[in-house]
Amino acid sequence: MSTSTTVPESLSAAPTVTGSSWTRRIIQNFYVRRIAKAVFTIWVVSTIIFFLIRLLPGNPVEQYIARLIETQGMDYENARMQAAALFAIDLDAPMWKQYIDYLGNLMRGNLGVSITSPGTTVTSIIARFLPWTLFSVGTGLILSFTLGILLGLMMAYRREGLLDHTLTIFASVVSSVPNYLIGILLVVWLGVQWKVLPIAQMRGTMSPGVTPAFTFAFLYDALFHAFLPITTYVLTTVGTWMLSMKGSTVGTLGEDFVTVARARGLKDWRITTAYVGRNAALPLFTQLTIAIGFVVGGSFLIETIFQYQGIGYVLSAAIAQRDYPVMQGVFLVITVSVILANLMADFLYGWLDPRIKVG
Amino acid sequence: MNMIRDILNWLGTTLKLMTYNKAGFIGFLATCTILVICLIGPFFIPLDTRTKLDKIYQPPSTEHWFGTDHQGRDIFSQIVHGGKDVIYVAAVAAFLSTFIAVTFGTLSAFAGGAVDGFIMGLTDIILTIPQFPLLAVLAAFIKLDNLTFLGLFLGLLSWPALLRAVRSQALSLKERDFVEAARALDLGAGHIIFRELVPNMMTYIVISFTLALTAAVYTQVGLVLLGLVPVSSSNWGVMISLAWTQGAIFFRDAMWRIMMPILAIALFQLSVITMTRSLELAFNPRLRTMV
Repeated sequence: MSTSTTVPESLSAAPTVTGSSWTRRIIQNFYVRRIAKAVFTIWVVSTIIFFLIRLLPGNPVEQYIARLIETQGMDYENARMQAAALFAIDLDAPMWKQYIDYLGNLMRGNLGVSITSPGTTVTSIIARFLPWTLFSVGTGLILSFTLGILLGLMMAYRREGLLDHTLTIFASVVSSVPNYLIGILLVVWLGVQWKVLPIAQMRGTMSPGVTPAFTFAFLYDALFHAFLPITTYVLTTVGTWMLSMKGSTVGTLGEDFVTVARARGLKDWRITTAYVGRNAALPLFTQLTIAIGFVVGGSFLIETIFQYQGIGYVLSAAIAQRDYPVMQGVFLVITVSVILANLMADFLYGWLDPRIKVG
Repeated sequence: MNMIRDILNWLGTTLKLMTYNKAGFIGFLATCTILVICLIGPFFIPLDTRTKLDKIYQPPSTEHWFGTDHQGRDIFSQIVHGGKDVIYVAAVAAFLSTFIAVTFGTLSAFAGGAVDGFIMGLTDIILTIPQFPLLAVLAAFIKLDNLTFLGLFLGLLSWPALLRAVRSQALSLKERDFVEAARALDLGAGHIIFRELVPNMMTYIVISFTLALTAAVYTQVGLVLLGLVPVSSSNWGVMISLAWTQGAIFFRDAMWRIMMPILAIALFQLSVITMTRSLELAFNPRLRTMV
């Protein structure tokens, strides 16, 4: 982990790396730098977590030991041993050794054992609940991004019309109201006041008796249960995409290459998609990276509201019960998925716009 | 005497500029109204704490403007009293995060080199860590029972996006002719920063502040909903949280109790965000010289 990974921008501005040309090429490679940054970020986050669990005064390990002695009448040695097993930490080792062991455990996927449901490893909890969050958040983001780009494009072509004004008002309202409040509003209005949706049956991730399989029935059931979370993600993010896409498209429409494409007599549809749309959507990818973090981060309130058992639901339950091993594991996994999603968005951006790979 | 006239002049110009964007001006008026109701209202409207069993869950009427809750208490008085804590915490958070973002964003842009690399590296890392879960996990470790402390805590973690925006703004200003001219005239760093740069960045700073304000309301109410902030007094977030945990949202008659705090928060966020359109005009130094 060299220090150069923290300062990729300065490297590109002033290439200070000396050495043979191929090592320099690797260090300055777009993909290598992005991956190094992602790894570095994951390391920083795990270190923060270690600090919280082990070093803060009154940290959870000490609290847990004290609780065992108090409530179960254990002696200090036994309580300490049980705590060490739960957190997968050797409490007798010096602090630096504990830190190295902790990092080693993380790499092997050993995140400790849950306090509230003894015997269940944190890794197995994550494996069981994470796919549902990835499914609902991923579907929601892709839907809202596509929809936002299409609507934004439409707004830019018909600007100052009735459609543009209506959609602008809609977009500013939905993007300024907190997403969990929109979630509660969906429950209150669709479920309770108007009784359009059977919200009680829509809770959870699957109906009883349905097993995951590549069948139409399973897919339908999964979408049925994820409908409200996905609707919330789409409603609360689509406004931002629409407004940015509109602004970006209006800017692109004035560019010379669009005028030239028109002069060449290209079909309108081709100009809209290949010339205007592609270029106008580019800046939105940078925003997508920020949105991923925000939506995944906010998902744990949304999942709690709809009782959708994804990783966020587990996190809020773990926080409520102060189940620290689950809390640290789930938080780490959420962070890592956001970092990986950012990495993917960066690569996608690099592929769509080759200019940034050089810069 | 002259000073008072100058201030009045400045205010007049500002207000005139703000009316150029109608939506923004409406947002500004709405924000002012909410602030007045929440900050001055409590002195005139007493908080209704008396349980009245014969008046449970009444719809809005002339006596109870927003209806009554599960104990027959007036919801309007709770809304009036429930705003000041939310706004106070948000303001503390917004001040801190704007301060960090503006100071270090400008520093990063002007120092360049290793300082810039370090600040931006750190910003990038904090930006990728999902903030809300981080705050929630931290709140499970740290007791957040003091409003000022809660505000500082929120502000301490919400500056990265603003810092990046401020830095890019400062980078572009740095190369402008008028800065170059000031430098050539040897006017000194203090003059360049406070007379040339800050007025030009004022729009950015003010908008950053309002956006930080709404972000802080978002996280604050979210933490309250999760039960992580043990605030005793009633505020909008606590009202929703109580209605939520007591299952009132599944009860048809309880609609006013759950809708009013939601509307209050939504309206506040919407007004503040819409207001930025007018602030953009009011703090733009170019427009100011034109009037």
